[in-house]
Amino acid sequence: MKLLPGPLRRRNGGKNGGEVVTRPRDREIEREKESAKERRKEALVEIPIQTLGWLDERTGGGPFLRGFLYRKVPRGTNWFYTLGSATMFAFVSQAVTGVFLAMYYRPSATEAYPSVQHITNDVFLGEFVRGMHKWGATVMVILIFAHMGRVFFFGAYKYPRELNWIIGVVLIVLTLMMALTGYLLPFDQRSFWATVVAVNLNSSGPIIGPYLADFLRGGAEFGATTISRFYAIHMLLIPGLIAALIGAHLYLVAKLGTTAPPWLKAEKRRELAQEEI
Amino acid sequence: MPGPTVADPSKRPHSKKSPYTADRGMPGAFDGETVTRRRFMTGGVLAAGGIATAAFTLPALGFALGPVFTRTEARNWQDVGGVNDFNPLTYSSVVGTIDPYVGETGKTTIYIRKRDPSRDTAKELLKYPYVAISTRCMHLGCPVRYVQASERFICPCHGGVYTFDGKVAGGPPVRPLDRFETKVENGRVFVGKRFSLNSKLEKFKPRDPSNHLDGVWQYIYPSRPTT
Repeated sequence: MKLLPGPLRRRNGGKNGGEVVTRPRDREIEREKESAKERRKEALVEIPIQTLGWLDERTGGGPFLRGFLYRKVPRGTNWFYTLGSATMFAFVSQAVTGVFLAMYYRPSATEAYPSVQHITNDVFLGEFVRGMHKWGATVMVILIFAHMGRVFFFGAYKYPRELNWIIGVVLIVLTLMMALTGYLLPFDQRSFWATVVAVNLNSSGPIIGPYLADFLRGGAEFGATTISRFYAIHMLLIPGLIAALIGAHLYLVAKLGTTAPPWLKAEKRRELAQEEI
Repeated sequence: MPGPTVADPSKRPHSKKSPYTADRGMPGAFDGETVTRRRFMTGGVLAAGGIATAAFTLPALGFALGPVFTRTEARNWQDVGGVNDFNPLTYSSVVGTIDPYVGETGKTTIYIRKRDPSRDTAKELLKYPYVAISTRCMHLGCPVRYVQASERFICPCHGGVYTFDGKVAGGPPVRPLDRFETKVENGRVFVGKRFSLNSKLEKFKPRDPSNHLDGVWQYIYPSRPTT
């Protein structure tokens, strides 16, 4: 009984008093089928592994990703360290919802407001996607400032991370420019007059201020080019810059690592401690 | 030995006066060439790339910046009513068009009254038979509204208040309300271009809200090519 292979033992166990009913030829075919099945299963499991291996061999992405994702973090790393990733996630969410909003939105002074109403009232899930974009904008501004506060209060801007702080400041400015240019796009009374005020604020700067306002408006008056200008800046110019700078920001984070919270005292290296004695 | 001779040319002492490649044993360079071919090619490729990039960047930049230097076309005179529709004691509101291509957005309210010879004595404004006040607040451009009871223009945004003549009575505005040129033809009142005023009601080319115009401020906020 014990000499029988597994499947046969199960099949006949107890029923026929352990007597083998299948002929040796049948047994062989059975075993052949079983092993073919096993091979197919293994091959199936191999497919994603092989695909990844194929990519890895050609890009060298494996070691890069391992270094990037499994890098060491200092002791005391806590939830505050997630604010940067949260900001980036907010940006990705804005990018995705923004691209889909652009499928229905029409950036012209006469059509913008009706198209936004159409998105809100008629399009399936339109109100939700627009709401995601609108509230997501506020969330992103809040998160980016919280992230800046974390970096500031943890002293994470100090050597050698000053350049990353500078990139971060540029990212904040670009985010606020996104908030400003996006505010006009619904083109209701509030967004129109808020933008008039914002452009005139630019104009209040001495000497170049009025020129800056002319650039934003596309002329001396709020006209036909103003909204398409804001749309192009909001849709294409700034998102590209933000994406590129996020890449640089992340590269430097991965290269330089993160800092420990300031309340953790630096561990003394043993040889240094010995020197002190 | 007659002087120091070094076999390897790259180890020879390099004279500052000699041409760039002389005595340096550079690969791919003839001894004494002022510029190596490698350096020349590098420079050439960079220059070609720079020219190609500039060839589309500069026109695109000019395209985007163009409106800053293009003069906005002077708008035609707009008929806003008959000569008897307006009196010197109160303002009547009419709708004028600032930009005809943007629908409702391009329209604005203009407050008009007949010139009162005893009140409106500003020298530069004598030629305008009617006083046409722009509703654009001189703080940041919100629309002001005329309140007859107090004879004041009041801005809803940040509390700017102007007198009957459009001079600043309170709040943050930096200069009197802009006006429009006016004329009378065949018994009809026409409104023309917008112009700005300083606190003495002296006429200036139109400026943006928030631009001061008194004293040296008129040079700090210069007249732009667009206006």
